[in-house]
Amino acid sequence: MMKLLNRRAITALMVGTALVAAGCGKKEETAEAGGETVKVGVLHSLSGTMAISEVTVKNSTMMAIDEINAAGGVLGKKIEAVVEDGASEPATFAQKATKLTESDKVATVFGGWTSSSRKAMLPVFEKTKNLLWYPVQFEGNECSPNIMYSGAQPNQQMLPALAWAKEKGYKTYFLVGSDYVFPRTANLIATKHIEKDGLKVVGEEYQALGGTEFSGVIAKIKAAKPDVIFNTLNGDSNVAFFKQMAAAGMTPDKVPIMSLSIAEEEALSMGPELVKGSYAAWNYFQTLESPENAKFIAAYQAKYGADKVTSDPMMHGYVDVYIWKAAVEKAGSFDPAAVRAAAVTLDAIPTPLGPVKFIANNSLVQTGYIGELDATGKFKVIWSSPAPIDPEPYDPTTFPDKKCVIS
Amino acid sequence: MDAAFLQGQVFNGLSVGSIYILAALGLALSFGLMRVINMAHGEIVMFGGYVAYLTMTVVPGPLGIPVAMFAAFVAGGLMGALLETTLVSRLADRPLDTLLATWGVSLIAQQGARDLFGATGVSVQAPTWLQGAVEVGNMSFPWARLFIILVAALALGGLALFFKTSRIGLLVRASNQDRPTASAMGVSVRLVDMFVFALGSAVAGVAGVVLALLGPVTPTVGQSYIVTAFLVVILGGLGSIVGTTIAAVLIGLVSAMAQVFVDVSFAQVVTLVFVIIFLQFRPQGVIAVRSRALDD
Repeated sequence: MMKLLNRRAITALMVGTALVAAGCGKKEETAEAGGETVKVGVLHSLSGTMAISEVTVKNSTMMAIDEINAAGGVLGKKIEAVVEDGASEPATFAQKATKLTESDKVATVFGGWTSSSRKAMLPVFEKTKNLLWYPVQFEGNECSPNIMYSGAQPNQQMLPALAWAKEKGYKTYFLVGSDYVFPRTANLIATKHIEKDGLKVVGEEYQALGGTEFSGVIAKIKAAKPDVIFNTLNGDSNVAFFKQMAAAGMTPDKVPIMSLSIAEEEALSMGPELVKGSYAAWNYFQTLESPENAKFIAAYQAKYGADKVTSDPMMHGYVDVYIWKAAVEKAGSFDPAAVRAAAVTLDAIPTPLGPVKFIANNSLVQTGYIGELDATGKFKVIWSSPAPIDPEPYDPTTFPDKKCVIS
Repeated sequence: MDAAFLQGQVFNGLSVGSIYILAALGLALSFGLMRVINMAHGEIVMFGGYVAYLTMTVVPGPLGIPVAMFAAFVAGGLMGALLETTLVSRLADRPLDTLLATWGVSLIAQQGARDLFGATGVSVQAPTWLQGAVEVGNMSFPWARLFIILVAALALGGLALFFKTSRIGLLVRASNQDRPTASAMGVSVRLVDMFVFALGSAVAGVAGVVLALLGPVTPTVGQSYIVTAFLVVILGGLGSIVGTTIAAVLIGLVSAMAQVFVDVSFAQVVTLVFVIIFLQFRPQGVIAVRSRALDD
C-alpha cells in the first residue's frame, strides 16, 4: 500500500511539476538511475485471480531489464521499468495502459495474459500509437499493428498438438474446455483440422470458468470412448477435472490427455501426482536443453529461489525485452512505429526458446514442442515440430477469408 | 444412447443434488425462521473447505475426512454464530441491508482467503478408502460421490430427528410457527435465531469438506454453488426442509438428464428454464410453508 501511495504521489508530482518546470522531474529520475533513462511499462496482474501466473512473467521481464541494464542498457540509456498492477480486471488493464502511455510516456509496454485483458488494452495502444508486447499463447483472430504477439498462435500450439496426436495414431478426439473465447476458438480450429484429416471429434464440452462439477462431462467422455482428450480448461477447473476423471477410473495413463493451459507452474500447484502422464503443448519447456536455457534457469533461480520453475509465458516475457532491445538498436530510435518496423525485419536471435524472430504479421516464428509430465512436475520433451513454425493469426482452413496484413 | 450412460446420469443427478442439499439446507433454515438472505453462505462453504485442507495437514490418513467434517461442522457453526450476533441480528428488520451487508462479508471473506491461502486453490487428497469406484456391470460409481450422498442423507435425517424430538427442536419449531406467541411463552427467540443460523452454517461447513473431495478449494468455490443453492431454496418453497430436499434432487436430475440431449453448458440453460416454468405454475414452490413469519 505504502509503495503504491508513493508511486502515485510521485506520478502526480511529476505530472504536476512537468507543467511548471519540466526540468524538475527529470532531475529526480537522473538521481535515481544514474544516467539517462528510457521508461518502459510492465503491466501484469499482481493481485487477484491471475496474479499467481502473471507475477512470474513480471519477474522474468524484470530480470531481462536488469540484465540489459547491467550490460549497459539500450542505446546508451538505462531502462527504467514502470510496474503497474492490472489486478486481473480487463478494465484496470485498459486504465493502467492509458496511464503508462499517456502520463508516463513509456516507450513500450510489456504485459497482459488473458485475452480479455489484451482486448481491453488494444484500443489504448492503437489510439496512442504505442506498442504492447504480449507474452501468452492465445486464440489468434486478431491482428493489430500495435501489439507484438510473441505467444503461440493456434498453428503453433493447437496444430502441433494435433500433428503429434495424428502421428500417435489417435482417431477419435474429445474436446473439453472452459467456456470463453480461447477454448472455443482453439477447438473450432481443431475441429476443422481433425475433420479435414478424416478423423473424428466424438464430443465437445465446456464448463464455466472456475466450474468444478464434471460428472456430466466425464459421463459423456466415458460413453464416447475417445482415443485422446484435448483439454483447454483453465485454472482451478483442471484440478477438479483430473480428480473426478481419476475417481471415474480414467487416469492419464488410461485415457491420454493433451492440455493446452497446463505449464510447469500449474502442474506444480495442482500436484504432479494428479497430472503425471498427461501431455502438454508449448513452445518452451524448462527441460529444453540449450546453453541459453541453462543460463536462464540458473539466473532465474538465483534471483527468485532455487525451487522456482520456469514456463512458456515467462520465457516469452523475457525474450520480448531482448527483441525490443535489438529492434531499438536496429532502428536507432525508441519510436514505437520505428521499433515495430525494425522488429519484424530482424534476423532470428538465439534465446532459450531456440532461435526466434518476428515476421510481418507481428507474431513470432517458433518451434512447437510436446511434453509429457513426470511425477516431479517436469515435462519430458517427446516431440517437436520439424522446423520453427511461421505464425498464422487467421488459420487458413478455418478462416479462409481473413488475412493479417500490417503495412 | 446406451443404458449405462442413462443410468450413470441418474446417479450423477442424485450426486449433484446431494451437494445442493448440503449447500442449500442452511439457507433454507435461516430464511425459513428469520427471512434472512445470507449472501455470505457460500463463503462458509468455502471456509469449510479450507478447514478440511488444514485438518488434513494435521491428521493425514484414513481418519482425516471424518475429523475434518467434525472440525468444519464446529468451525462453520461458530462462524455462523459470530456472523449472526455481530451483523445479521442487528439488521433484523432491514432485509435489504442484510443482503448488502452479508454480500460485503462474502467479498471480504473471498479476499481474505486469497491473501491467506493464495489465489490458486489448495487441494485435499481423498483418503484411500474414498478413492476409486464401485464397478457394477459396465457402470462405475466413484466412492467419493457415494460418500457425499450418504453424508447428505445423514445430515437430512439428523436434522429431521433433531427438530422432531429434541427440546431445542421444539423451541425452534415454536418460534418458526408463531414468533410473538413463542416469545410471550418465554422462548428466547433471539437465542433460537442464533442457534438456527449457526446450525445452518455448520451444515454449510460440512458441504465445504465434501466439495473438497471433488475439486480444489479456492477462494471462490462457494460462489459456484451459491446461485444454485438459492435456486433450490426458492424452488423448494422458501424455508421447508422437505421442499429443499426435493428441489435439490429435482434440479440435480433435470440438469443431468438435460446433459443427455444437449451439451453440458447448455444443460444449465435448460435447468434454469425448467425452474422458471415450474415457478410460473407453482409460485409457492414444491412445498408451501405456512408460517406467521412469512405471512405479513
